[in-house]
Amino acid sequence: MSTSVRTPSTPTAGGASADSAAGATPDAAAGTPSAPALRTVRRSQVPPSVALAALALLVVVAAAAFPDALAPQDPLAVDPTQTLAPPSGAHLLGTDENGRDVLSRIVHGTRNSLLLGFGAIAIGLVAGTALGLLAGLGNRVVDALLMRTMDVGLAFPELLLALVVIAIAGGGTRNALLAIGIASTPSYARLVRAQTLGVRRAGYVEAARATGLSETAVVLRHVLPNAVKPVLVLATIGIGTATVAGAALSFLGLGTTPPTPEWGSMLSTARNFVELSWWYGLFPGLAITVLVLSTSVLGRHLQRRAEEGVR
Amino acid sequence: MSAAPTVVPGAADRVHPAAVAGAVPAGVPAGVPAAATRPASRAPSRRTRAGGVVRRLGARALGAVGVLWGAATLTFLALVLIPGDIAYAIVGGPDANPSPEVLAQVRAEYGLDRPVAEQYGAYLLRLATGDLGTSYRFHAPVTQLIGEQVGPTVVLAASAAVVAVLGAVAVALATAGRRPAVRGPVSGIELVLASLPSFWLGIVLLTVFSFTLGWFPAIGGEGWRGLVLPTLTLALPLGAVLAQVARSAVEEVLEEPFVVTARARGLSDAAVRVRHVLRHTLVPLTTMTGFVVGGLFGGAVITETLFNRAGLGRLLLSAVNAKDMPVVLGLVLLSAAVYVVINLVVDATYPLIDPRLRRTS
Repeated sequence: MSTSVRTPSTPTAGGASADSAAGATPDAAAGTPSAPALRTVRRSQVPPSVALAALALLVVVAAAAFPDALAPQDPLAVDPTQTLAPPSGAHLLGTDENGRDVLSRIVHGTRNSLLLGFGAIAIGLVAGTALGLLAGLGNRVVDALLMRTMDVGLAFPELLLALVVIAIAGGGTRNALLAIGIASTPSYARLVRAQTLGVRRAGYVEAARATGLSETAVVLRHVLPNAVKPVLVLATIGIGTATVAGAALSFLGLGTTPPTPEWGSMLSTARNFVELSWWYGLFPGLAITVLVLSTSVLGRHLQRRAEEGVR
Repeated sequence: MSAAPTVVPGAADRVHPAAVAGAVPAGVPAGVPAAATRPASRAPSRRTRAGGVVRRLGARALGAVGVLWGAATLTFLALVLIPGDIAYAIVGGPDANPSPEVLAQVRAEYGLDRPVAEQYGAYLLRLATGDLGTSYRFHAPVTQLIGEQVGPTVVLAASAAVVAVLGAVAVALATAGRRPAVRGPVSGIELVLASLPSFWLGIVLLTVFSFTLGWFPAIGGEGWRGLVLPTLTLALPLGAVLAQVARSAVEEVLEEPFVVTARARGLSDAAVRVRHVLRHTLVPLTTMTGFVVGGLFGGAVITETLFNRAGLGRLLLSAVNAKDMPVVLGLVLLSAAVYVVINLVVDATYPLIDPRLRRTS
């Protein structure tokens, strides 16, 4: 999270009207080798799409942190005279079936939706890192045992794996978060293991060991940070997808449940009123999409920069 | 999952540029698509080469059986570790008030009074004979329940897969290597589509094409009209990811000398793309098979719920809500089996798709 939020200091660079498509092209990360001079110029510039993504994330995080300051009304205030009212001056994004302000519910739902995404990623990252490190540093038996287990986990589609966890533990926000976190652990474990195998033999690790550092210190100070760094960049993208997964569970009625505002559960209710109101089903989904789009644009940018830094 | 929604870094490979670069995406299991990147065999004579292929496939098949065994073990653990007494779940949940005799009878009938190791052995034996157990709710074999619901899901998943793959290849062939004014917007749209949560995409499609324009029915699977919106809901996000992968493959191939040769022979741009470049998109797309299969399974749960369609996804969701574990685990195990088998088949077909993988290095 810290990596994604710190970047918004850059929107000034967004003023430079570069090719707006540049940031949106997904395969730029495939990396066309660039001249060193070009690279330094490019690094100081942030594509407008990335600046925009950072700005959008900033707004989302602000809404999660201070919903009361941003929401015009009480997200739970029912108004029977204003059910399913179209967008107007009083209700910018209209109202829902109970006359509650949709905009306020989206703003107040941000925290719950983000909680699912961040929480799940945190669980997946921590568990995946621990398992990946263990496999990468352990002997062949430990490695094979852990990785074959992860292979088994990867054979299940993640949503289905999450559904199994919920079938065992029950629904609700906390369990949904846990379910997505567990379902995402195998892929993080594999990534961290691959990184660990590379870092383990690096010169600086050997050097640290030669200076007489204990094995634990070498792992904690040198192996762990370097193995996890690229994974953290991927996790930026993962925040968006985990939030969608959480919203999907809420949409299925297994995550956050009404009347607590949450984007997925709002859409779940809105599904029943599609004939009567386009706004109710439109805006909560737009919020999710903006979040996912921002995290993937930003994540790819960070990834590109990380790769350029290595080269 | 789409949300896959899939979701989550497995789903993260739907936006993960490594996939675009032709590398193995993060969520793809070890060794499954690796054959695409390394020559199959180094043996010089034809016979030993064939032996190498057989041996490689044999090892893969063995690995696949291992994964399936692991998956079965995990589901068994889930079955045993679930809080609460299974016998109660079978006789009707916590509300039921069965007599001790009934409970004892159920335990004996389901083998719940046996040691765990024995139950595990019996479980594996049953699975090996294709028996997925008995539903707690319906008191019917899980295989029978799946058989009743599998049709609509297969139709939906197959049509979505066809639309996603054909659409992705067409878009990739048409737009790869074009000027930025064409390529930029297209890849922007792809990025947005790949980011769309499928449950929202479905709602938007319903609003526009069903309730506003009235072109397609909102609910029900009457013929092809009822299939259009669910198919699009499932296919668009998947197709967008595939298009990104396919286009990067096409752009790589367009730089190859044989493309220059073909152009020099006077072939038109379209002919070069269709006759020479098209087949090169197959290998990277094949690598994405596992991602697609996972996306279709997860997406089916959401799409069927959204459009009130019958199918395996709905069956799974209702089973999760009712804590009908044999059905949940049977379906999940089935998805894992499908995934493993498809990856095995994909692995076997690499040398058929790409003759270079047959050749000695």
